[in-house]
Amino acid sequence: MRNIWTIAKKEYTGFFYSPIAYVVGAVIFLVMGIYFAFYMNIAIVYQYVPEFTSVLDILVFPLLFLAIPVLTMKTLTDENKTGTLELLLTAPVRDYELIIGKWLGTFLFFLTMIALTLLYPLIMNMVVEPGIDQPLIVSNYLGIILMTSAMTAIGVCISSLFKNTIAALIASIGTLLILWLASAPSQFLSGAAADFFTNICITTQYYNGFRNGVVSLFGISYYISLTILALFLGTRTIESRRWR
Amino acid sequence: MITVQNLTKDYGLNRAIENLNFTAEKGEVLGFLGPNGAGKTTTIRILTGYMPPTSGSADIGGFDVIENSLEVRKLIGYLPETVPLYGDMRIYDYFKYMADLRHIKNPDEKIEEVLEMIGLELRSQSLIKNISKGMQQRVGLGQALLHEPEVLILDEPTIGLDPKQISEVRNIIKNIGKERTVLLSTHILSEAQQICDRVLIINKGKIVAEDAPENLQSRLSSIQKVRIRVANDPDKAAALIRDTAGIMNVKINDNGMIEFENKVEHDSRAVIARTLVKKGFELLELTPEIISLEDIFLKLTREEPSEFSPEALEGQEE
Repeated sequence: MRNIWTIAKKEYTGFFYSPIAYVVGAVIFLVMGIYFAFYMNIAIVYQYVPEFTSVLDILVFPLLFLAIPVLTMKTLTDENKTGTLELLLTAPVRDYELIIGKWLGTFLFFLTMIALTLLYPLIMNMVVEPGIDQPLIVSNYLGIILMTSAMTAIGVCISSLFKNTIAALIASIGTLLILWLASAPSQFLSGAAADFFTNICITTQYYNGFRNGVVSLFGISYYISLTILALFLGTRTIESRRWR
Repeated sequence: MITVQNLTKDYGLNRAIENLNFTAEKGEVLGFLGPNGAGKTTTIRILTGYMPPTSGSADIGGFDVIENSLEVRKLIGYLPETVPLYGDMRIYDYFKYMADLRHIKNPDEKIEEVLEMIGLELRSQSLIKNISKGMQQRVGLGQALLHEPEVLILDEPTIGLDPKQISEVRNIIKNIGKERTVLLSTHILSEAQQICDRVLIINKGKIVAEDAPENLQSRLSSIQKVRIRVANDPDKAAALIRDTAGIMNVKINDNGMIEFENKVEHDSRAVIARTLVKKGFELLELTPEIISLEDIFLKLTREEPSEFSPEALEGQEE
């Protein structure tokens, strides 16, 4: 446990020294800010009550789909490239501690950025009478945080497979997009098969549940299971290095 | 401390090391000497638990490197061949990170100690990517010393250092080797000669010789080369030497030096000197040429004697 925290802390603080993290943060706030401003304007012009959920949609897609691969791509490829992986694997650190630590550090960094986006609903709350639907915002953010957890775990897992950072980046964007499109076949299917493809899609639980204010146990366990599965596969990849 | 039995490692069809057997005791500096690609790094990576052997076993401090990998990793300090550093970290933060991963009780004290040992106490706030290659090498070594390991494993620890730093690092290693076990690999012979209590010469995955550096030298150098300079008429002197019993390969080289060889057990230097002086030659110089570990190394690791074999060229660099 202690090692996980040590690695997570190093990973987290590392982002504050990384230009990439600042660029990612700036892009997220800029794009969200522009979208927010336009959305508010349109709402004022056409005289309807703005809903913050619509603003969050741009954070879910495409912002997180791009930002997560960018910030997870280096987590293990860099260790692999610079030889520090050899250092960590020959120090008394268990493979799962390394993977979980890497994921936790990155996840905490995203939590920080997501927490900063709370500024927008605060502004909207001040502008809109009698205020925005706060429980809905909580449910939205809970969904986004859970989805970020799963997507970050996938990014770290894919980073463990590669020595080349760009390869890891493209592979994780691809994996996330495929998981996003996974619900498409359900259009042509029915019954259990359709349910399967709908549920395997990474955004289904968000769009069908959390986004509408429905916090379901299934939704929560879906994202937690996906996180655990990805971290488990990442650990196996690291382990497999020892046997190759 | 270290026991290796029948260690073999295959990479696909390539056999990197074959049936290695050796031990290293507490208070010993064991040198792993061999040309590039001989299997030094492979052996070291198996010992540190980075990868498993194909067959055979190794244990460190009574723990098997595969079964009890975690215990072994607690015992060892390891400096890999590519120095494992995070360029964006400060030296102090890097040490703190490694100290935390190794659960060191009083990290600040230990970090101070190590910084002093590697001579970087004034640079602890420098970013690692901004310091020189030699300093980086020392930071890598420092990382391996933080937890005062029982066994120190160093893969080519002096590469990239300037001569002054080399001697500093060698002194650090020697000091640690007094109380603990040090296993270091190198392809630099003089280094093995200077710091190791015992040397294993490894070539193409096999141990070809094992002994103290002095013993290796005397055991394997059965022939002594001697060079003589006389003031006048080297041809006549050479003829005289040629007639002496037990002398081989008498030659006169371009600058008038007479060279000859004799068996070590029949040292003929005194006889030659006496004869030459008696016959009226003025003896200016008589130099025995010591066959260095380098020559032995080349002899052992070179299959076809060739002046331009990579091993020979490597030897000349030092």
